Amino acid sequence: MTTPLQPPPKKDPQIPTRPPQLPPIPRSRAALAMSAAAAKGQFALQTCRDCGAVCYPPRDGCPKCLSTRLRFQPVAAGGELIAETTVQASTDLYFRERLPWRVGTVTLDCGPSVMAHVHADLTTPSRVTMAMKLDKGGNAVLFALPEKVTDHMEDDPQYRELNASPKHRRVLVTDGRSGVGQAVVQALLDAGAATVFVGIADPWKPFAGAADLGGDPRIEVMTLDVTDTTSVKELAGEIGGKTDILVNTADHVRPGGILSRSDIVTSRDEFEVNVFGLQRLAQAFGPLMRARGADGANSAVAFVDILPIHALSNWHAFGAHSASAAARHSVLQCLRGEMRAGGVRVLSVFTGPVDDDWRQTVEPPKLAPTAIAKAVVAALQGGIEDYYVGDIAKDVLEKWLDNPKVLEREQQA
Amino acid sequence: MTLRPAGRRQGYDKVVVAVPVTVPYKRYAIEPAHWWVAEALRALVAEAGIEGSDLDGLSVSSFTLAPDTAVGLTQHFGLSPRWLDSIPMGGASAVVALRRAARAVQTGDARLIACVGADTNHVDSFRRLLSSFSRFAQDASYPYGYGGPNASFALLTDYYMRRYDARREDFGKLCVAQRQNALTYPHAIFKKPLTLDDYMGARPISEPIRLFDCVMPVAGAEAFLVTTEDVAKDLGLAHARLLSAIERHNAFPDDPVQMRGGWALDIDELWGMAGLDPERIDLVETYDDYPVIVTMQFEDLGFCKKGEGPDFIRSHSFTNDGSFPNNTSGGQLSAGQAGAAGGYLGMVEAIRQVTGQSLAKPVANAHRALVSGFGMVNFDRGLCSGAAILEGVAP
Amino acid sequence: MSSDPAGIGNADLLNLLAQGLGSGAIKVVDLTHTLSPDFPVIVLPPEFGQCQPFRMEEVSRYDHRGPGWYWNNISMSEHAGTHFDAPAHWISGRNVPNGTVDNVAPEALIGPAVVLDFSKESQADADFVMTRAHIEAWETRHGPIPPRAWVLMRTDWSKLVGTPAYVGMTADGAHSPGPDAGAIEFLIQERDITGFGTETVGTDSGQGSHLSPPYPAHYILHGHGKFGLQCLANLDQLPATGAVIIAPPLKIRQGSGSPLRVLALVP
Repeated sequence: MTTPLQPPPKKDPQIPTRPPQLPPIPRSRAALAMSAAAAKGQFALQTCRDCGAVCYPPRDGCPKCLSTRLRFQPVAAGGELIAETTVQASTDLYFRERLPWRVGTVTLDCGPSVMAHVHADLTTPSRVTMAMKLDKGGNAVLFALPEKVTDHMEDDPQYRELNASPKHRRVLVTDGRSGVGQAVVQALLDAGAATVFVGIADPWKPFAGAADLGGDPRIEVMTLDVTDTTSVKELAGEIGGKTDILVNTADHVRPGGILSRSDIVTSRDEFEVNVFGLQRLAQAFGPLMRARGADGANSAVAFVDILPIHALSNWHAFGAHSASAAARHSVLQCLRGEMRAGGVRVLSVFTGPVDDDWRQTVEPPKLAPTAIAKAVVAALQGGIEDYYVGDIAKDVLEKWLDNPKVLEREQQA
Repeated sequence: MTLRPAGRRQGYDKVVVAVPVTVPYKRYAIEPAHWWVAEALRALVAEAGIEGSDLDGLSVSSFTLAPDTAVGLTQHFGLSPRWLDSIPMGGASAVVALRRAARAVQTGDARLIACVGADTNHVDSFRRLLSSFSRFAQDASYPYGYGGPNASFALLTDYYMRRYDARREDFGKLCVAQRQNALTYPHAIFKKPLTLDDYMGARPISEPIRLFDCVMPVAGAEAFLVTTEDVAKDLGLAHARLLSAIERHNAFPDDPVQMRGGWALDIDELWGMAGLDPERIDLVETYDDYPVIVTMQFEDLGFCKKGEGPDFIRSHSFTNDGSFPNNTSGGQLSAGQAGAAGGYLGMVEAIRQVTGQSLAKPVANAHRALVSGFGMVNFDRGLCSGAAILEGVAP
Repeated sequence: MSSDPAGIGNADLLNLLAQGLGSGAIKVVDLTHTLSPDFPVIVLPPEFGQCQPFRMEEVSRYDHRGPGWYWNNISMSEHAGTHFDAPAHWISGRNVPNGTVDNVAPEALIGPAVVLDFSKESQADADFVMTRAHIEAWETRHGPIPPRAWVLMRTDWSKLVGTPAYVGMTADGAHSPGPDAGAIEFLIQERDITGFGTETVGTDSGQGSHLSPPYPAHYILHGHGKFGLQCLANLDQLPATGAVIIAPPLKIRQGSGSPLRVLALVP
């Protein structure tokens, strides 16, 4: 049975912070497609389009019929753990620091026999449910879990390495003025966060929900304006060394496209918050988080951004906002690679239109802030890199993967 | 259109092996693999009483020659062979090198072929070797604890123990016996006796594998000559005939865990071509990266049935004076694994035993030896396997 | 030769000024707040374009980005911080000749200043409205406001900078003191002022949109080609009369206003 994770003690200031190591990084191109599936939280393996065989490890020719038409598809995640070992010696620095480490052989219901990480609550032999997780190096790994959820399952140290759980961690929510920001604060507290720092710009301007932020002793309201470099740097100077998770809820949204506006002033505001604000947060908090990627039970683990699904393909009704989202998405991709050295994940939570004042004229379905907040927590708890919230986001993703140019026409109709 | 059935394989008439050479092992060496190859070739030509230029064939197995391959070695050592081969098959290298060289000398493509297995071992060689071993290892094995082959074989051992009721004591018995044999062999890296208690209580590496289940990587080289019987006689060399040889790669790919090696597919041919059955063998040199694999070889080479390995171990003794002499110079587990030379250790020792040139305690009346090779853990199982039967020629 | 009312000689006037400054007989008082990113700006309804607050991005600071020097890029609305409003800023002044900051008459930018102290009234009521009657009562104590003066409404509101009360934004809008239409009309028509200055974010009161006309200070001042000054500080260091104010805005092409340094010479 997994021991429940205790709140970590205060950090001993006399001991140097452990520099983060990464598990083995190189992967073949075919294996990267597995990481792409894991990034969405999917369990997918190569399936031969000619003979239907499922094969693993990822490869370039079917071992049954030699076809090169292999494609990653979601497959059944059940299997049987048939052998196990506990590694107690390793030449790899990452694993060396985390020994003993349990792995096993699982025969998957869909065919192949695989090597996988094994959850502490499993005995051999037993039925398992497989998960495809991203390790600290951003690569997909297979994890064998008990078929039924067990008590404190998420606290297994091997499993916690593969997630970005807010439990016992200190989180910065960058904009607590909005409904989404406030919902995210509450959801993080419910998920066991130790402290939630809430960024508020222009505290002299009142906003709805201000009184509720004073309620919980785990909430600390901080002044933060993502359009002001000094404000971001000063806050990072204050709390950057204890920010384990950063959730960027800042978004400046106004309706309108390119020709429907007659100046770039509002676009500039959108880019200032949505793109440059993100960059400021990344530059101020990123290096500190990256250095703390292996800093104990409340190590820095994730930089989360909530952005519109229209980052993938411009939606004319909010055309200028979509453009800022596209830039935001590109910034996140770059940041993701840069934060990897510290084992800190950059998570993108893609949403459809939010149910707020600026989307008042948008037809439903629209997302309630609580739905987005739930998604943020789910992305953290699952270590899911690209999370798509709600029907619109999933619909746009599917169409974009199918044919992005057709989607462009549909979004500009 | 249908494919006609495969015909009978041609025998290995006239093919002999001679001049067993060991370049004494070192735990760590600053010399590169090239130096070890040179030492082996120098000893080969010296003991054969020939010149380097008399070698018209060369077969090399090494993990640490990069950026060179066998080709670079020709210019490096001033050789101009008309037959050149590289066998990158780890523990199966010697058997496979012999199979290739055998056909060359049989047909006259070459006359005197040097077969060499050599590797250096720098302080970081093991880690570097692991980090770039194979694509499947990179994608599907190292990310899981980076235990290397130790972890892969621990899984295999765990499965074997569960399935066939093997106990660690059974594997320990093999290791203890091999250590006893090693104590009689001057080139063994291990010089202290090993008791069963030592084996059982050793430091865990990857349970159920502990310290004495694992080979020690070292620098070293092993080599032998392949030629025809008349050339061996002309040179006055003690020699052994090759009676049969098999090889197989990626056998039983659908076994979820490796429970049997490729030999199981081809042993009828192994015994049939040699015209022998298992009782006629005087000693075996099994490939011993881990004792579970030794056990599997007893089964898959036909000495007992699948699953009967543990009983077989319990009812035999494996020292050079025992009922089933196995790894008579200590095997890799006690002599050390010099990279690809680990695949040659057994072949060279077998040649010594059956030609009366043993450096370790000789097996009494040793005429026929079975040499088995295995290796190349691509991901979760050893892909290469091979075996050869040698018969010493009475002088 | 210009007129010589004091009979001193023009060159000597300036010499006297320079000497006075050098000896401390004439003090220089800085009426300007520091321009910084956290200085509040006026807030408009969200569907309108907003007043961009002051922002600063460091370009280099004796480092790899520029080893021997330190400099910044700055950006802000023309109406951020202590700032000047030109007539073109308001619709009523759109056709006033020389109505943008680049072509206002430079001589208008230096002139006598009078300080109308309504700090007590403002402390008691954030929505204090200064009327013609308030100004006339002040004149009975301090004498008539001279022509071409800058009239500065002292409320001590500058002391509230950094607190929510400075802008005083609540559910029904902002709350800060200012003048009504009658007061401004009086100052323009009967006292020929050059400009009107306040300590708050606007020349109008926080609730100015509800007066008639809406935003009377902006509407009437700029409709008559007069200037505004906002976010002034240290008015409590000025005498009621006798100070000279220097308030030149940046010379921005077709600019509607600009942040500026406002200085007062005080005897």
